[in-house]
Amino acid sequence: MLSIATGLLAFTAALFPSAALTQEGQPADRQIGLQDSVTPIMDSIIVFHNGILMWIISAIVLFVTLLMIYIMFRYNARANPTPSKTTHNVAIEILWTVAPIVILIVIAVPSFGVLADQETIPDGERKYLGANIFSFGDVEMPAPELTIKATGVQWNWEYDYVDYDGADYSSFMLNDEERLAEKPSEPRLLATDFDLVIPVDTTVRVQVTATDVIHAFAVPSFGIKIDAVPGRLNETWFNARKTGMFYGQCSELCGKDHAFMPISVRVVSKEEFATWIEAVQANGVAEAASVLSPII
Amino acid sequence: MSEATSANHDSHANPTGWRRYVYSTNHKDIGTMYLVFAIITGIIGGALSGFMRWELAEPGIQIFHGLASMVYGFEGDAAIDGGKQMFNVFTTAHGLIMVFFMVMPALIGGFGNWFVPIMIGAPDMAFPRMNNISFWLLPFAFALLLMSLFFEGAPGAYGAGVGWTVYAPLSTTGSPGPAVDFAILSLHLAGASSILGAINFITTIFNMRAPGMTMHKMPLFPWSILVTVFLLLLSLPVLAGAITMLLTDRNFGTTFFSPEGGGDPILYQHLFWFFGHPEVYVLILPAFGIVSHIVSTFSKKPIFGYLGMVYAMIAIGFVGFVVWAHHMYTTGLSLDVQRYFVAATMVIAVPTGVKIFSWLATMWGGSITFRTPMLWALGFIFLFTIGGVTGVVLANAGADRALHDTYYVVAHFHYTMSLGATFGVFAGWYYWYPKMFGHMYSEFWANIHFWLMFVGVNTIFFPQHFLGLAGMPRRYIDYPDAYAFWNNVSSIGYLITLVGVVAFLWVMLEAWMKKRVAGDNPWGEGATTLEWTLSSPPPFHQFETLPRIK
Repeated sequence: MLSIATGLLAFTAALFPSAALTQEGQPADRQIGLQDSVTPIMDSIIVFHNGILMWIISAIVLFVTLLMIYIMFRYNARANPTPSKTTHNVAIEILWTVAPIVILIVIAVPSFGVLADQETIPDGERKYLGANIFSFGDVEMPAPELTIKATGVQWNWEYDYVDYDGADYSSFMLNDEERLAEKPSEPRLLATDFDLVIPVDTTVRVQVTATDVIHAFAVPSFGIKIDAVPGRLNETWFNARKTGMFYGQCSELCGKDHAFMPISVRVVSKEEFATWIEAVQANGVAEAASVLSPII
Repeated sequence: MSEATSANHDSHANPTGWRRYVYSTNHKDIGTMYLVFAIITGIIGGALSGFMRWELAEPGIQIFHGLASMVYGFEGDAAIDGGKQMFNVFTTAHGLIMVFFMVMPALIGGFGNWFVPIMIGAPDMAFPRMNNISFWLLPFAFALLLMSLFFEGAPGAYGAGVGWTVYAPLSTTGSPGPAVDFAILSLHLAGASSILGAINFITTIFNMRAPGMTMHKMPLFPWSILVTVFLLLLSLPVLAGAITMLLTDRNFGTTFFSPEGGGDPILYQHLFWFFGHPEVYVLILPAFGIVSHIVSTFSKKPIFGYLGMVYAMIAIGFVGFVVWAHHMYTTGLSLDVQRYFVAATMVIAVPTGVKIFSWLATMWGGSITFRTPMLWALGFIFLFTIGGVTGVVLANAGADRALHDTYYVVAHFHYTMSLGATFGVFAGWYYWYPKMFGHMYSEFWANIHFWLMFVGVNTIFFPQHFLGLAGMPRRYIDYPDAYAFWNNVSSIGYLITLVGVVAFLWVMLEAWMKKRVAGDNPWGEGATTLEWTLSSPPPFHQFETLPRIK
C-alpha cells in the first residue's frame, strides 16, 4: 500500500527538475496509504499502521471471510441436510476469547510507545522510537529551539514566533486567481499567502489555540494533529528532517470555510530561516518573502 | 364517567380509521408506525447524503451554490457562501436523521415494539399509552429538525451547520441564529421519546415474561433490546443536560462552555460523548439480536453459546460507558488519560469477537438455506467485521493522530452503522415482513435489492479508507485535486445504492400488489421463537391465554 503511494509521489517529484524547494507533504492522485513521513513521530505512525495494524486487521478480515465461505459451501442445506445440535464447546469459546486478547496485547505494546512519543516534548535526553517501534527508542531529539504559536480563526491561521519580537502574521488560503498569479506551482486549496516557515532539523514546539470556535492544526507528513480550542493552549512538537513544502488542513468543523483554511509549512535550511526571520522582524512578512528560495 | 368506563370496555373492539393509529395503544400498530416513519426519514436522510456525494463527485463547488440560491434565494457570491454553509447543514441533518430518526425508530421502536412482547409471550407493552406518546413525539421532533433548515444559523446563513455532535462554541457563539435552538429542541423531544420507550421496554421485559420464561431462556432479540434501552436510559439524560446547557449558554447568558466566563468547550465534548459512545451501541445492539435469530433460523440450529452471546452484549454495553474520550484524542487530553482510553477501547473488541465467532459457530454444522434475510445477515457479519477492525485501528491514539477527523473515520462508522446497523434493519425487515403483514415479498427482487445495496455501499465507503489515510479531512465541501479519483468512485457507489433503494421500494410495492399468503411460519423448522406460533399477521391482541415455556 505504502509502496504504491511512494511510487506515485516519486513519479510526481520526477516531473519537476531538482531545485531549491520541492513539494513534499501533500496527497498524491489515487493515493491509498498514509502520506510520507519527515519526522520521527510520523515514522512511528507509519510503521505502527502499515507494519502491524494493517497486517493484523487484514488477517482477521481474511480469516472471517474464508471461514464464512467455507461454511457456506460445507454446511449449506444440500451439502449437509441434517443440522447438528451442538450449542456449546467450552474449549473453543475460551480460545476465541483469549486469542483476541493476545492480539490486542501485541498491538498495545507498540501503541503505547508511539503514543508516549507524540505526547512528550523532547528534553534533549529522552530517546524516541522513530521507525523502530519495538525498541526502547534510539532516536535522539534535541530540546525545542523554536516555539510557534498557531491560532485558529474563522477562517485562517495566525502564526506567532514567540521567541522573536515582531514576528507574527496571518496566513490565508489563496483563491484560484491569486494562486495562479502568485504561486502557480502549489496545489489548489493548500497554498496560502504566507507559509509557516520552519528551519530543518530543528525541534519545534507548537502551541495551538483559537479565538472563536474550535479548529484543529494538522500536518499529515509530520504526524501531528491537535485541536485549537478557545481558552486553552494545546501543545505538540515536530522535528522535520527534510526541506520542502508541507501541507495540512483544518481538522475540526469550524463553520462555512472549514475546508478553506489550510496549513502550509515551508521547511527551509537553518541559514535561510535565520535570514528570513530577521527580514520579517525588520520589514514584515510580505517583504521577507523575497529572501526565501523559490518553490518549484 | 360513564363514557370513560365504556371507552375502556370498548378498547377491545378495535378502533378503526385514523383513530386506530393516532390513538393507538397497540404495540404492533405502534411498531408499524415506527417502521413507516423510519422508511420516510431514511429516504430523506439518504437524499441529503445524495446531494453531498453529488457535490463531492468532483473537486470544486458544483451544486451547493445552486441549491442555496434555489432554496434560500441567495445570489452571486452570497450563493457560494450560503452553499458552503448548506453543505454543513446537510452533513448535520444527515447524521441526526439517520441516528435519531431512522435507525433508532426502526430497530427499537419498530422491531422492538413489534417483537419484544411477542417473543417474551406478553399480550402488549407494559405501558401502552406511554408507548403511544413515545411514538408521537418523534414526528414533532422531526418537524423541528426540518424547520431548523429554514431559520438563520450561522450569521447570514440558514440551518444548523454544527455537525451531529453540536460542539460548542460553534453551536453557541458560532451560530447565533435560532436554527440551532430548533435542532436542540428536536433532540430534546427525540430524547424524551427514547427515554419513555426505554422505561416501557425495561418494565415489559422484567415483568411480563410468560410463565417459565426465565431471563436465561429469553430470546436474544429481547435481550439486545434490554441492554440497548438501559444504555439509552443512562446516557440520554446526560445528553439532555448537555444540550440544555447549550441552550442556556445560547439564550440566557450562562457560560458553561465558554472560557470567557470560566467555562470549557472540552466539557461539552465529554458530556456529549458520554452519551454519544453508548449511542453507537444503541444503534448496533438490536441488529446483533436480529442477526442472531436469522443465523439460527436459517442454519436450523439453536444459537451457539447463548449465554456467551447474552453476556457479550452486557459487556459491550457496560464497557461502552467508559470509553467515550476515544473520540477526543486530539483535544489535548493528557498522556495518561489517552493511555486509559486506548486500553479500555480495545477491550470492546473481545466481546465483539465473541459475537462474530458465535454466529459463525451457529452456522457451523448447520443446514443453511440462503433465503433473503440470511443474505442480509451474512452481509452484516462481513461488513461489521470490516468496521470492527478499523475500529481497533482507531482505538490506538497513536494511530488515530493521523486518522482523527479524516474520511477513515467516516468509512469506519459507516461500515458499522450505514452498512452494519442498516443491514440489520433490512435483515429484520425481510425476516419479519411475512409475519408483520401476512404476505410474502418476491425473494428474487429482494435478493436483487441486497446485491445492489451490498455492492453500492461498499463502493461508497471502501475508498473512503484510502481518502482518510491520505489525509482528507471530513465535513469538507471541497478537497485538493489529489483526492478526486476515490471521491468519484465513492459517488458512483452512491448511484448504485440509489438503484438499490428503488429496488427496495419495488419489492414493497410488488409484495403489496401480489399479496402472496405467507402462512404462519414461512421459514420452517429453524424458526423456533414465539412469533412463529401465531398467525401472520398476528391477531390484534395475542396471548390472551399466556403461553407456558418449558
